[in-house]
Amino acid sequence: MERRKFLRNAGVLLPSLVGGFSFRAFGADSPMMQALFAPTTETDHVFVIIQLNGGNDGLNMVIPVENFANYAKARPNIYIPENKVLKLTDKSGLHPAMTGLDSMYKNGQLKVVQSVGYPQPSFSHFRATDIWMSASDSKELVNTGWAGRYLNYEYPNFPYGYPNSSMTDPLAIQIGSSTSLTLQGPSVNMGMSISNTSNFYNLINGVQDPAPNTPAGKELTYIRQISEQTQQYATVIKAAATKTVQQVSYPVNNSLGDQLKIVARLIAGGLKTRIYMVNYGGFDTHSEQVDATDTTIGAHARLLKNVSDAIKTFQDDLKFLKVEDRVVGMTFSEFGRRIKSNGSTGTDHGAAAPLFIFGKNVLGGVLGNTPIIPANTTVNDNLPFQYDFRSVYATVLANWLCVKDEDLQQIMLKNYQILPLVNAGVCRKAVNLSGEMLISNYPNPFTSSTIITFTTTGGHTLIQIIDTMGRVVKTLLDKEYPAAGTYTVTFDGSFLQTGVYYARLQNLSVQQVRAMIKAR
Amino acid sequence: MNRRDFLPPILTAKEPEPGLPSPSPPPNGGLTQYSGAWTENETIHLLKRTLFGATRSDIDYFRSRGFLAAVDEILNPTAPLPAPPVKEYTSVTDAAIIGGNTWVNDTNSDGTLNSQRRASFKKWWMGVMLRQDRSIREKITLFWHNHWATESSVIGNAQYVYNHHNLLRTMSLGNFRQMARAITTDPAMLVYQNGQLNTRQAPDENYGRELQELFCVGKGPGSQYTEDDVKAAARVLTGWRIDPATGTAFFTEARHDTGSKTFSSFYNNTVIQGKTGPTGGDEEINALLDMIFSTQEVARYICRRIYRWFVYYDIDAMVEANIITPLANLFRNSNYEIKPVLDTLLKSEHFFDVLAKGCQIKSPVDLVVSMCREFNVTFPPAADYLSSYGMYAYLVNQVTVMQQNIGDPPDVSGWKAYYQAPQYYEIWINSDTLPKRNQFTDTMAANGYTYNGHRINIEGAEFAKTLSNPGDPNKLIDDILTILYRIDISAASKTQLKTDILLGGQSSDYYWTGAWNTYITNPGDMANTTTVKNRLRDLLKYFMDLAEYQLA
Repeated sequence: MERRKFLRNAGVLLPSLVGGFSFRAFGADSPMMQALFAPTTETDHVFVIIQLNGGNDGLNMVIPVENFANYAKARPNIYIPENKVLKLTDKSGLHPAMTGLDSMYKNGQLKVVQSVGYPQPSFSHFRATDIWMSASDSKELVNTGWAGRYLNYEYPNFPYGYPNSSMTDPLAIQIGSSTSLTLQGPSVNMGMSISNTSNFYNLINGVQDPAPNTPAGKELTYIRQISEQTQQYATVIKAAATKTVQQVSYPVNNSLGDQLKIVARLIAGGLKTRIYMVNYGGFDTHSEQVDATDTTIGAHARLLKNVSDAIKTFQDDLKFLKVEDRVVGMTFSEFGRRIKSNGSTGTDHGAAAPLFIFGKNVLGGVLGNTPIIPANTTVNDNLPFQYDFRSVYATVLANWLCVKDEDLQQIMLKNYQILPLVNAGVCRKAVNLSGEMLISNYPNPFTSSTIITFTTTGGHTLIQIIDTMGRVVKTLLDKEYPAAGTYTVTFDGSFLQTGVYYARLQNLSVQQVRAMIKAR
Repeated sequence: MNRRDFLPPILTAKEPEPGLPSPSPPPNGGLTQYSGAWTENETIHLLKRTLFGATRSDIDYFRSRGFLAAVDEILNPTAPLPAPPVKEYTSVTDAAIIGGNTWVNDTNSDGTLNSQRRASFKKWWMGVMLRQDRSIREKITLFWHNHWATESSVIGNAQYVYNHHNLLRTMSLGNFRQMARAITTDPAMLVYQNGQLNTRQAPDENYGRELQELFCVGKGPGSQYTEDDVKAAARVLTGWRIDPATGTAFFTEARHDTGSKTFSSFYNNTVIQGKTGPTGGDEEINALLDMIFSTQEVARYICRRIYRWFVYYDIDAMVEANIITPLANLFRNSNYEIKPVLDTLLKSEHFFDVLAKGCQIKSPVDLVVSMCREFNVTFPPAADYLSSYGMYAYLVNQVTVMQQNIGDPPDVSGWKAYYQAPQYYEIWINSDTLPKRNQFTDTMAANGYTYNGHRINIEGAEFAKTLSNPGDPNKLIDDILTILYRIDISAASKTQLKTDILLGGQSSDYYWTGAWNTYITNPGDMANTTTVKNRLRDLLKYFMDLAEYQLA
């Protein structure tokens, strides 16, 4: 009996790499398909997204020195004493634990954007996270992520025909077992994840997960070996990791630093991956956010110190590895916290909060006014937003990832203000398609109808029009084709509101999605 | 001697095994009736091996029945045989049959039409497996298809294909000797193995050889038949043809070799006297089968085949001595009745040994059909045959690209996974097929497949509702893995998956519980419902992408 229990509990069974969609390349090696691949955007820029899970307390991270009295009054048990604040300007300053970011600020490598949020904020972790990741309105459901839509625009037919000569590497890499909504494209998830940092080193070092020495364990090991051989990106990740032989030393016991160390290693190793996403949790500080006797230490201070140390070390490492020109990063959290602290030296779910943009190419400084704190804050008071978070994304897309202005709406679903965040001079804007195009439309944008051209291998073929929520608004085609070929079908979209729609092709095991804009 | 005593300590992460996996022993124990506990674990093991997958409701049903009654019920199907395939094809004119009516009684031999009907047969079969009853019938019908392997594309005539298949299902739990007799003059087999061309002037040895080599005697160490035995058997089998008007076999005395046929010492130098008259062919076949079935080898060979289908492929000296030999004796003593062998094997301590669990790699059919059944994937109603067959066509396509084209195994030997040493089941998994398996489960977890206005996909939230406490993220993960995996994953892995996927990075279980409860009380809250459904989708997709999911 003891043995049975032992056998059943053996193993730590997470794979090293998890594809967002476990596709394998389809015929990318054929010369004909290679001929179809044109170069992608002429940029080698990388964007790193740091998610602070749980709702970070922005007011104790960027302290509103300008309104210090009201701030201290609203948070008598947790406020940071003014003389401890690391002053950025005479109006605001950083938490004393964030010395690393303070020095980056002084070097012009840090942009603080005040009071980022959106109208009608959600206070639910899940919903607010989905809003941030999908870049939707508060009351609107969007089933794709903003970075996923960007990657779908840049690599429109992924995963069909990938990897290929112009994109050998993962489009996006997330560290963590699940690829997030941020990277979800209209058809498939555009990212892949490295399930955790220790599995990354297992992958690099060829260490297998343990399996019991039983027939089941034997078969499991066999399947895992094939799985690793099959994982289309394992080889390129290993190769990139191997190329980077030396890095600066990262802080210990800092899981965000551990993740960023891998990101720096892969960037310097030559991966063409555009987007990296890392996570750091524990910001849901309802209680004991600060030490009862010294508000500058405690749980939140430790979190902020780790964030600051990790980002500073990452920046130093990028410089050491000579790739700092190529990398810009951003922090975000699903919401800030309430202005007024609660009775258990903590804060409850709030709304707008500051975020950081960092890197050699950012336009350093503080953007926006210091948040106004009422003289008599009540328990339900929240900070109004000054900047829509989607303006931050739109700016990054336009000025860092070099998306053409006229294409921004397709990705962001609406038009947003461009902010002074990064040095836009470095973008060369030229976007082309890559991958094998199985479905396209013309004209695009369209006003009432558009002609959809698609290629089928024969057999059952389906074309649906899907809105940004993922709802099928029209089935254009649902029939058997006796032979392979390229056909057209006209879509009359006059009944639709203006906005972004997707034409989805399903042909046996293949599916592909085309983004279309209906304009006035 | 107990193998477990020899088990070396389980490998740890710090001591990786480079290269090949270490040799592992096959299961322990003999055919003594299992006397251990009848828990969910044993119930699921039995169901995954004898049905396609273990659904939540089947697990509860058979567990409550008790061990012996559960096996008895599985071995004694009471559901009527499935209604035959219907005309649903539209790309070829078939005026004789009204859409929705069966074509199996029509003898039309037009090639184009028969190609459509063969496709129709495969779709129908997929549907029969998906709608299987609570018995072993469908899994053992597939076993017999692999055993008496025929290729529908070679047979050509869809009516023969269906009749042959119907014979396999009808006799699947009956008498193996009678099955061999029926197959020997079955029109599909007569075409497939050129039996209809086997005449006294021009004997064709094809079936005479496979009857011994693949169907009855095998190539085990005790099999000693000779090339002359193949020739002699072919002569016995001369004279059979098919009447295209009726689709039935008949014997033509003029084509039959009426001379005496002498066999080797393996068959005790048996001489089958040439017979004349209209029943001569039948009498000689019976004599041939009597001779073959009097050897020790037939029972051993078939028991090994059954073992490899239901337990594991590795038959070492201990399994041969403790399982195969006594099972073969039972088979012979039961006059080749199939059920007693299955009954003894499926009730044995060997079958329920811990080492026998989770060691099968799912065949493509097992993967696809089990996935649909375990997640209660909803298909269009059977009466809507156009939509239903469209869905089945997609799944037939899936198992085909995963290298198990039902109705068309690679050759007369059946699928390599059940005979090709040393890899056996592992042949199913390679760098081409594993991504296709993952792609299929990914697709079904997300968009699914749409046909004729219907959609099949995994509804994660509906599935979660069938579990004991879906609002508790720990219990939810445990309950899902109970059904999906035969090897558990570590507590640390579960915690990471819970946090990363169900809790969205939060540390408190409450956040999932709250979202789930809101979903139940207010499913119209679309934002929350989307949250719940997307998280379940990601979780299930993740579980199905891990290697553990390929095991049964």
